Amino acid sequence: MSSLLHRRSLALDAIGKMGAVALFLLRLFGQCIPALARPSLLLPQIYNAGARSLVIIMLSGLFVGMVLGLQGYDLLQRFGSESAVGVVAALGLIKELGPVLTALLFAGRAGTALCSEIGLMGATDQLAAMEMMAVDPVRYVVAPRFLGGLIAVPLLAAIFNCIGIYGAQLIGVSMMGIQPGTFWSQMQNAVGMRDVNEGLIKSVVFGAACSLLAVYEGYHAEPTAEGVGLATTRTVVSSAVLVLLLDYILTAMFL
Amino acid sequence: MTDGVTDADVVVDVRDVHYAIGSHAIFKGVNVRMRRGAITAVMGPSGTGKTTLLRLIMGQSVAQSGLVSVFGEDVARLKRRELYRLRQRVGLLFQNGALLTDLSVFENVAFPLREHTDLPEPVLRELVLMKLQAVGLRGAAELMPAELSGGMARRVALARAIVMDPEVLIYDEPFVGLDPISMGVIVRLIQSLNRLLGITSIVVSHDVREISAIANYSYLLSEGQVVAEGSPAQLNAEHKDVVRQFMSGSPDGPVPFHYPAPDYFEQLLERPHR
Repeated sequence: MSSLLHRRSLALDAIGKMGAVALFLLRLFGQCIPALARPSLLLPQIYNAGARSLVIIMLSGLFVGMVLGLQGYDLLQRFGSESAVGVVAALGLIKELGPVLTALLFAGRAGTALCSEIGLMGATDQLAAMEMMAVDPVRYVVAPRFLGGLIAVPLLAAIFNCIGIYGAQLIGVSMMGIQPGTFWSQMQNAVGMRDVNEGLIKSVVFGAACSLLAVYEGYHAEPTAEGVGLATTRTVVSSAVLVLLLDYILTAMFL
Repeated sequence: MTDGVTDADVVVDVRDVHYAIGSHAIFKGVNVRMRRGAITAVMGPSGTGKTTLLRLIMGQSVAQSGLVSVFGEDVARLKRRELYRLRQRVGLLFQNGALLTDLSVFENVAFPLREHTDLPEPVLRELVLMKLQAVGLRGAAELMPAELSGGMARRVALARAIVMDPEVLIYDEPFVGLDPISMGVIVRLIQSLNRLLGITSIVVSHDVREISAIANYSYLLSEGQVVAEGSPAQLNAEHKDVVRQFMSGSPDGPVPFHYPAPDYFEQLLERPHR
């Protein structure tokens, strides 16, 4: 009997939590349009989430592209089609690695910063102070940060892809001696608008998911040092899992 | 309540409020009324729910039963937008100031104006400088909150709380952690804001001496109830033990020094469970 009651209360807790998340989402989406109308709040957040992640994104993109070049060359030369390295690298990056790795790096670099920033504002009563001044913190703090991440991730993914393809070209053409004309023309023939769209949609979805988790966890963090730390950890872990899960679902949908 | 107070005079009316967090009862039927234009003090030992009372008044928490009304409106029934409209008429000074750390002192004070009004920049600037002048920190306008001392931060927060010219100003523990000079400054500011601008003031504090000097009427909360109320003189003359203990600051009395615990001797002899 008691275990039944216990299970019942667990279920109620879970339903209550889902309801709270849904209400927060509704509140956040309701405030997104007013936030879009205030570039003075939004632009610094795009800068924070986007421009400040550039170095890590570009470095990672370069190395991922170079690895793709090496592995692709090694694999393809067994079949005598090493000139297709460009195709492998471009499709791999645009459809899959670009959006996924950008989102994972974003969650680690910018998501944690967003989460701990909002969490600390809560712990130091700044969010409560806004409430008391009749300023909705969801509109002033949360919505611009969410939108900043949402806008930054697809842009970062595009940059990641470009640098990655350049990295593959460095290995394939400059090191392994594939004809540049073959490399680029094969890539141009094989990559269609459909692939680019797939990558774009993925990066928008991942950007929304990562930013949402970061601001949600930050806003609902326990107002203590430990609470903010835990919320930051949860942000990274759940972002990573969610991105990979969503990636599977989206890939299956696009096939 | 004091004689001759009509309902029209009452700005904040708390009636028979019961409030519990989980199974822990914080208020067991609290009645508090705050008069327009007066300085009302809410005193009591730490942990008696003084800050909780403020949260109820500001509509951040909702009581399980009883009525909390501000300007005649039942706070618990207000929608978010109506609550925000009400809060524009009420300023709150947080215990730690709660300044926005990424904005300068000037921008912190300007924040409510920028969010709620469309004032042209020169007018806004004048208003902010006037409020900063009132708290004596016009010279600190360009500093960041991290560069301020505790007392200065609280004065900036006070300037921010009065920048929208509220009708009611609520101070949450305004004297905690201040040196005697800063404390004197805050006491004088509370008094002059009340006198010059006619701002209804509610001061939550346990600094008996400071608060007795300026309050028109005081409530003493203990164990979830109002145990005494009246003017400072009336409270000082009160004979109830709990009031005497609080007003004179003796460590033991009806409010025990010891947190409830099993018998000391038995616990020392007890074998710890391994």
